[in-house]
Amino acid sequence: MNIHEYQAKAVLAKYGVAVPKAKVADTPAEAEAIAKEIGTAVVIKAQIHAGGRGKGGGVKLARTPDEAREFAKQIIGMNLVTHQTGPKGKRVKRVIVEQAGQIKKELYLGMVIDRAVSRVVMMASTEGGMEIETVAARTPEKILKEHVDPAVGLMPFQARKLAFGLNIPPELVGKAVKLMTGLYNAFVDTDCSLAEINPLVITEGGDVMALDAKMNFDGNGLFRHKDIQAMRDFDEEDPTETEASKYDITYISLDGNIGCMVNGAGLAMAAMDMIKMSGGSPANFLDVGGGASTEQVTNAFRLILSDPKVKAILVNIFGGIMRCDVIAEGVVLAVKTLGLKVPLVVRLEGTNVERGKEILAASKLNIIAASDMKDAAIKSVAAAGQAK
Amino acid sequence: MSIWIDKNTKVLVQGITGAVGAFHTKQMLEYGTKIVGGVTPGKAGSRVEGVPVFNTVADAVKATGANATVIYVPPAFAADAICEAVDAGIGITVCITEGVPILDMVKVKRYMEGKKTRLIGPNCPGVITPGECKIGIMPGYIHKPGTVGIVSRSGTLTYEAVHQVTMLGMGQSTCVGIGGDPVNGTNFIDVLSAFQNDPKTESVILIGEIGGTAEEEAAAFVKSKMNKPVVGFVAGQTAPKGKRMGHAGAIISGGKGTAAEKIEAFKAAGISVSEAPSDLGITLAKRLGKKVH
Repeated sequence: MNIHEYQAKAVLAKYGVAVPKAKVADTPAEAEAIAKEIGTAVVIKAQIHAGGRGKGGGVKLARTPDEAREFAKQIIGMNLVTHQTGPKGKRVKRVIVEQAGQIKKELYLGMVIDRAVSRVVMMASTEGGMEIETVAARTPEKILKEHVDPAVGLMPFQARKLAFGLNIPPELVGKAVKLMTGLYNAFVDTDCSLAEINPLVITEGGDVMALDAKMNFDGNGLFRHKDIQAMRDFDEEDPTETEASKYDITYISLDGNIGCMVNGAGLAMAAMDMIKMSGGSPANFLDVGGGASTEQVTNAFRLILSDPKVKAILVNIFGGIMRCDVIAEGVVLAVKTLGLKVPLVVRLEGTNVERGKEILAASKLNIIAASDMKDAAIKSVAAAGQAK
Repeated sequence: MSIWIDKNTKVLVQGITGAVGAFHTKQMLEYGTKIVGGVTPGKAGSRVEGVPVFNTVADAVKATGANATVIYVPPAFAADAICEAVDAGIGITVCITEGVPILDMVKVKRYMEGKKTRLIGPNCPGVITPGECKIGIMPGYIHKPGTVGIVSRSGTLTYEAVHQVTMLGMGQSTCVGIGGDPVNGTNFIDVLSAFQNDPKTESVILIGEIGGTAEEEAAAFVKSKMNKPVVGFVAGQTAPKGKRMGHAGAIISGGKGTAAEKIEAFKAAGISVSEAPSDLGITLAKRLGKKVH
C-alpha cells in the first residue's frame, strides 16, 4: 500500500525526522490562508501517488499568498501526467503548502528490504533528486549501504558512517544521525517495504530535513496498523483491484482482451505468458486463491466480466486443495447468475477433475473444454479473435 | 534416497486443531506420512485424527521424538511458531502460512542464524518425497516415486510440473516448494545443492518467477557446482513492472527482476529453458534423450 507525501511526512515526523513547516490544502482559499500563516515563500505540491510531479507542472514556488492561491487553483483538479502515472495521468485532489527554504545540498536517503541477505538496508547517495535506480545503473559506487541487524536496530555508528560518507558537515552529523534513526524506527514500526527521502536536504540555516518522502507498506503487515490503513486513498487505486481485495482475490488490470481466472500466483502468471505466446493478450492477472469457495469463484467471474475489454475468458485450474468440482459449480453458478456474452474456455486438472468435468458437461452451457494449458491458451486466443 | 524427508521422518503439526491444520493432517496421514503429534497451546491431552496434541513443541518433541514440523497457524503467529520449532531443535520446519509480514521473517532469519533447523517457506506448498512422506498441502496422488528433483517458488506451477513428469512415465525424488515470499528460509541453492548430492536424484526441474535475484544466483550455482541436467522455467514474462503479482516476492522493482533477465541467466548456465509452462515435462524428457510421442 502507498500513501501520499504529506501522510508520509506526518508519519516520519512522529519518529523525529525533521520536515519543513507545511499544511495540506483542499482549496485555493485554504492554500492562501496557509501561505499567510507560514509567512514566507511557499512551495505548492500536488499530492498524488507518483513521482516526477515537478516536470508535469504539479510543483510551483509561490512568493506571496496571492500566488499560492493562484497556483493551487491551477494544480487542484488538474490531470497530472508524469512518467509514473501512465498516459492517463491522475487527478489532483489536494496540495501541500510548504515553507520554501534555502537549500545548500540535496542528498538521497532510502530503505528497503534486501532480499538477497534478508535484512533491511539503508542506502544513501550524494545524488539527491535523482531516482536511485538511475544512480544504481550509472554510478553504483555512489550508493552507500548499511545493512541493519534486527537484533540491535540501526546503530548510531552506521548512521555516522553514512553521514560522513555523504560529506555532511561535522557539526550537522548529529542531526543527520537523528533523522536516519527516525527513518529506521518508522520503517520497522509501521511494516514498511520501502521508505525514501529524496531529496534529503541541508539548508542554509543548518537543518537536515526531508523535503520529499515516500513510504510503501507491506500488505502482509497492515493488519497491525489501523492508523496506516486509514491513510489508504481508494481514488489512487484501480477500482476493480480494490473490489477484488475485498474478496481476498488478487486481481491486476492489464491491457489485453482475454480475462483469466487461475488458482495460484505462479500458474496465473504462466497462463498470461501462454496467452501471449499463443498470439493473444491477457486482460488481467487473477489469482482466485488456494481454497476458494463457490462464492469466490462467482465474485472472480463478476470482476472479469466488469471489464468491457474482455472478449473471451480463460479458466485454468490445477486443483490441489482447491477441488475441481467446487470450481465447476462456481463457474456454472456465475454464468447462470451473471449471464455470459463471451466465449469461455475451461481447463481443469487435479483433485476431483472428473466430477468437475461432469458438472460442466451437465450444465449444457456453451463451454469450450481444453485439455492442457497450451490448448486452453490457443483456444481462448482463437475465441477472442473471432469475437472481434 | 531423497532429500530431507523420507518414510522415517516423524512429523508434528503446529496449529493442528484449526480447520486447515486438521484437514491437512488427515490428508497427510492418508498419504502415509508419520504424523506423531500436534501442537496447539492449551489443547494438550486432546486428539485430532487420533494424533495426540501437546501445548508446546518442546513437549511434543520430548514425547514423540519428532524431527520435522509443519505450520498451519495464522500469519500473525507464524514467526512465533517457527521460532518455537527452532528452539525445540526440530530439523525440518515447513511453514505453509501465507501472508507473514516480511519484517517478521527478517527477525526469524536472524534468530535462526547458527541453529540447525532448516526452514522451508513460508507461503509454500511444502515438501514431498513421493511414496514416503508428504509434508504440506500438495495433492499427493499426482506424484510418483522417481528420479526427478523439482524445486519452485510457486505451488500450483509445481503441481503442473509434477503432473507432466508423472504423465510421461517418470517420477520425482523429492519436490520442494520454497514459497513466494521475498524473505524465506530455504532458497534455490539450498535445494539444488541437496539434489546434486542425492544419488537418487538424476535430473532437476527449477521453476522461478519474476522478482529478486534468486534465479540468477541459482543459475550461477548450476553452472559452477552441478553436473546433473537441469530444466527451467520462469513465470511472469508478461507481468507489468511495479505490480505485486500475487506473491509478495513477485514484483519487478526498479526495472530489476524481469523474466527475460532470469531466462538469459538460465540459458547461460546450460539450463534447458522450457518456453511454455506446459512443455516442462517434454523439455526434460528431450534433455534426457528420452523418446516422447
